[in-house]
Amino acid sequence: MAIITTTKGDMDESLLEKREGNVDNDHEATTWVEYWLEGELVHRSAHVTLKQPATFAGGETASFS
Amino acid sequence: MANTQTMCTSFLGELMSAQHQFGASTITSRTSLTSPTGDTFKGALYLASATMNATATVYTATGEVSGTGYTAGGVTVATATTPLTSNTSITAGVGYVTPSANFIYTTVTLSTAFDAVLFYNNTQSNKAVSVHTFGSQTITAGTFTLTQPSNTSSTALIRLATT
Repeated sequence: MAIITTTKGDMDESLLEKREGNVDNDHEATTWVEYWLEGELVHRSAHVTLKQPATFAGGETASFS
Repeated sequence: MANTQTMCTSFLGELMSAQHQFGASTITSRTSLTSPTGDTFKGALYLASATMNATATVYTATGEVSGTGYTAGGVTVATATTPLTSNTSITAGVGYVTPSANFIYTTVTLSTAFDAVLFYNNTQSNKAVSVHTFGSQTITAGTFTLTQPSNTSSTALIRLATT
């Protein structure tokens, strides 16, 4: 069984309710996982992959005229 | 207020005076004529209520996340990948680079929503490079990972293009 780090300390995954989700759009692909214990969120991790880089476009040179 | 994904304008000028060293160490004139030194880059997370954008010139703690397991200034990101260039025509091309490792914030609790990371040069007085945004997140006793995009001319994390 997997051990999950939680706000209550390390816990066996089987004792927790697992919820997962994802977002996939033009800007990012994100997955997240939550573990709940008796209605309380005790662990949440997220993994983001950026799809659109920061770009500078417009470098110019001046002419001697 | 909001964060905006962008290249920091100050970074463009600093490139012309060789103030940033990505990839293998090749610049010998800044600190030594004989021993090249590379720069250390870091990634700091910012609250969704912050206003990081192209006007950022250096790392700031204002608007930065805080919480258990998170150190102000964020995490170090390896930048061993050598910047590359590619011509798209006889008058245009692109220079690009992607850090060689992901941004990983391990076992943190960040309860206030955050949606941006500032990529900056820790070695060169924390000079700002770029701001990257994503969907708002919180983390509870977990790990937040920002996976680097593929290092190509169209997807690299940092791209400088002439058109």
